Amino acid sequence: MGIRFVLMVNKQGQTRLAQYYEWLTLEERRALEGEIVRKCLARTEQQCSFVEHRNYKIVYRRYASLFFLVGVDNDENELAILEFIHLLVETMDRHFGNVCELDIMFHLEKAHFMLEEMVMNGCIVETSKANILAPIQLMDKTS
Amino acid sequence: MGSHGGFYQSKEFLDLVKSIGECRSKAEEDRIVLNEIETLKRRISEPDIPKRKMKEYIIRLVYVEMLGHDASFGYIHAVKMTHDDNLLVKRTGYLAVTLFLNEDHDLIILIVNTIQKDLKSDNYLVVCAALNAVCRLINEETIPAVLPQVVELLGHSKEAVRKKAVMALHRFYQRSPSSVSHLVSNFRKKLCDNDPGVMGATLCPLFDLITIDVNSYKDLVSSFVSILKQVTERRLPKTYDYHQMPAPFIQVKLLKILALLGSGDKHASESMYTVVGDLFRKCDSSSNIGNAVLYECICCVSCIYPNPKLLEAATDVISRFLKSDSHNLKYMGIDALGRLIKTNPEIAEQHQLAVIDCLEDSDDTLKRKTFELLYKMTKSSNVEVIVDRMIDYMISINDNHFKTEIASRCVELAEQFAPSNQWFIQTMNKVFEHAGDRVNIKVAHNLMRLIAEGFGEDDDTADSQLRSSAVESYLHILSEPKLPSVFLQVICWVLGEYGTADGKFSASYITGKLCDIAEAYSNDETMKAYAVTALMKVYAFEMVAGRRVDMLPECQSLIEELLVSHSTDLQQRAYELQAVIGLDAHAVECIMPSDASCEDIEVDKGLSFLNTYVQESLAKGAQPYIPESERSGMLNVSSSQNQYHHEASTHGLRFEAYELPKPVVQSRIPPTALASSSELVPVPEPLYSRESQQVASVTSVSDAGSSELKLRLDGVQKKWGRPTYPSPITTTTSNTTTQNTTNGVTQVDNLKTRDTYDSRKTPVEVCSEKQKLAASLFGGTSKTEKRPSSGGHRISKTAYASKSSDDISSVKAALVQPPPVQPPPDLLDLGESTATSSAPPVVDPFKQLEGLLDSAQDNSAVNYGATAAAKGPDIMSLYAETAAGMETSGIAYSTPTNRDDLLSGLSNPSTRSVPGGTTVTQPVQFSKGPNPKDSLEKDAMVRQMGVNPSSQNPNLFKDLLG
Repeated sequence: MGIRFVLMVNKQGQTRLAQYYEWLTLEERRALEGEIVRKCLARTEQQCSFVEHRNYKIVYRRYASLFFLVGVDNDENELAILEFIHLLVETMDRHFGNVCELDIMFHLEKAHFMLEEMVMNGCIVETSKANILAPIQLMDKTS
Repeated sequence: MGSHGGFYQSKEFLDLVKSIGECRSKAEEDRIVLNEIETLKRRISEPDIPKRKMKEYIIRLVYVEMLGHDASFGYIHAVKMTHDDNLLVKRTGYLAVTLFLNEDHDLIILIVNTIQKDLKSDNYLVVCAALNAVCRLINEETIPAVLPQVVELLGHSKEAVRKKAVMALHRFYQRSPSSVSHLVSNFRKKLCDNDPGVMGATLCPLFDLITIDVNSYKDLVSSFVSILKQVTERRLPKTYDYHQMPAPFIQVKLLKILALLGSGDKHASESMYTVVGDLFRKCDSSSNIGNAVLYECICCVSCIYPNPKLLEAATDVISRFLKSDSHNLKYMGIDALGRLIKTNPEIAEQHQLAVIDCLEDSDDTLKRKTFELLYKMTKSSNVEVIVDRMIDYMISINDNHFKTEIASRCVELAEQFAPSNQWFIQTMNKVFEHAGDRVNIKVAHNLMRLIAEGFGEDDDTADSQLRSSAVESYLHILSEPKLPSVFLQVICWVLGEYGTADGKFSASYITGKLCDIAEAYSNDETMKAYAVTALMKVYAFEMVAGRRVDMLPECQSLIEELLVSHSTDLQQRAYELQAVIGLDAHAVECIMPSDASCEDIEVDKGLSFLNTYVQESLAKGAQPYIPESERSGMLNVSSSQNQYHHEASTHGLRFEAYELPKPVVQSRIPPTALASSSELVPVPEPLYSRESQQVASVTSVSDAGSSELKLRLDGVQKKWGRPTYPSPITTTTSNTTTQNTTNGVTQVDNLKTRDTYDSRKTPVEVCSEKQKLAASLFGGTSKTEKRPSSGGHRISKTAYASKSSDDISSVKAALVQPPPVQPPPDLLDLGESTATSSAPPVVDPFKQLEGLLDSAQDNSAVNYGATAAAKGPDIMSLYAETAAGMETSGIAYSTPTNRDDLLSGLSNPSTRSVPGGTTVTQPVQFSKGPNPKDSLEKDAMVRQMGVNPSSQNPNLFKDLLG
């Protein structure tokens, strides 16, 4: 499976985007987000960007006020996931221009669309920014 | 405006987002969302909602669910939206549906039809949207509905569609491998797709397939190697580059696949050496992504058939990781070390101090990873230090999941490598005390068996010392307020067997403790059963020793309580106890021989002791016995015998009742459920008389008594849900009631004495310093001391004998170091000529594509600009209105947070804006969107809404990459 979920959470622990690649009920999501956000937010910047949680790992990265958290299986390459997060941010940055938390909030569906292009079935399938953004730009144009 | 145009947003939506963004507490957020739910419930079912408006409602629903509230009232509207003609609206509908529904939701059936229609659309973006939905919503039953179309789309002219079709097929494979088993060859074909994106996506399903069945894909080794080579030679389009690395994510995936294919396959591995060695040289070790690929190389090297040059390169990278200041790299280094240590045990030694540093780091993740490494490198010489550390850590953490994990690892290591039994017991005590409810019940049984069997030496004093130290430690531990019940069961059993054995503690003291346990855990029937059986043993041993038994008043009340217990098992035990106490010492000694829990109970299946009786009866004219095979339907056997023969079912004696439907099941039903259970729940009188009969024939095994009790025990076993595992407790209990024919001494076997244990103990006490800790952890390897795995002292000797780590490591070391025949250049310097010659024609399409894609990108960029211009006026005018306000707000921007060193590689930490409020373009701006105009517009827009940086949450405005 690889990636189990991608979360964006701000410093206050409020969810800004959540995409799960395995089905969890609303209650499970709530509990999970609470637990892992508490865990990750408590860590200092010197500590690893990886946290083990139950039987999987969370790779997280902080950008300004926003935390990007990716839950992955144990055999996943953590550093690569860390860079995957950065690729996602760069892609959003290319699209929105100096992307900030508010961009993601106002354009939640676009952020989701980008993620949909990059990850399918919990696997990273596309890493070319041009390919990721092409359909979104086309939709921008036509609508 | 480019990025904002087309995505119409009402004031209402902006207000909602703004208020959510400014929330200060979860309660406030909940209030807003609940309010929103009310609004949406009212509005969403109004007639004739414009589709733009509906799309906005759906996004608001997504917000509701994302923030943890139920939005199921609006699901149907999301489903309806997937029918829309407008692409953006349709895709938003699909998105919402995939976020809301799982694949088994009732509404899915309404979408399948739409998906089918959309898969046939002329607009490839519609097809892509539908394929995204296919990957999320199609379950096993609906696969056939879309499968033919998906397969057809594998050959679509648009690469984006082919890629998503591959992933859809991958999804079907994940859901139900059998449904697409005839189609897996498509994945092989798609590996050769002209488009690198399709090829990259195809690696995902192939990885899954190869994980399951390596051998069927060995033929692809050369393809994967050649693809990896091309990737590293930058033959993929530039757009796949990430931080100057060519398609690193594809490289990682390829290395994972190669690791699978090369594992244990010398031939396949050899074809990989060149390209992997090349990667070690080429990877940029200063960037995160370069290190990610290097780490994957190490993983690959540790999996494939070992190659000294590659191992050396891997070791170098590991030492660089470990020496790094970055915790992330240290973590990767520790992990990589754990992988490489399997093939090359010596390398840990070089890094011992770095490992100790990580172990003592305050970072829990790093610490845990280091424990994982220690677990992998444990051997008998360092087990004490490692397990001690692990237990300390286990005590210090709260997370139950990890407590369980570490507890089971401690147990595993202790069982495998324990230097002495005493150490084993002490270790087990600690583990039980702190994580008792989380360890396997078998561990408890092993512990009891160990205490009962002792060292297995011809050294009774050592055995009894071990036991009395166990008893003492348990009596001490009993003062703890709350103990896990598994641990208490062990304690009860040991106190019963050995509590009074050395005469140090009086029977009344021990029985008092046992009553306390039964009382304190009065809800736990198993616990009470253990306690009452232990009581019986203590009393029995007292009687045998010729001392008068004074039952404590609390014991008496306990037994009275149990005599009327709802549990037939407890009742039985209480009655037995009463019965045993009423017997004379000689009889008791036969029933309850002391320290005989490990004796085998011999059952005289031939009933030879009855021969004289049979002879006498025959002489008196009794009917001779007719074997069962020679008769049928004879039923004149007492049911108790009948039951007994069930138990000893291996024998030829079988009776009619045995052939009733499911007789075995019947006999194993707990006593309460048995119709013929009259003798299974004995009343005191008959039991007593039987017991005394038993006494009359001391040297013989009493059939009635033993059969009956064995049966009961079976029932009990069943009730407790134990497996057929021969747990010591069952042997003991049956022992209590059976004649002990081989009332022998404990087995003899020469093994170590205890002074070696004491000498081994010392390093633990002085290991405060890191150096010493390192010595105790790693020293074992250099000294090459070969201590036989002393876990073998116990019964598990044979099971673990093969695990003597020293032996294995020496064998492996031999494996790892074949004579370095090949000179370095052959391995790491791949000849350029070979590289070009082996590059297959696949290269060219890539190159062509590169050109195509680049131009496509240019086009889109141009278009983008055009749209921006077209849509400009509305927001530009806003900008014009508010431009004056810029000066004040610009200040909020002027605090760039350069928080991540890792980021600096990307774009220079640039001044966002100068205090005056004029935004300046960043010097190293890689082709972003319509900057800086765009950011000004953004700024203007939000200010227009009244959200401005001076409000509660200025963070909302902070650039993520700033």
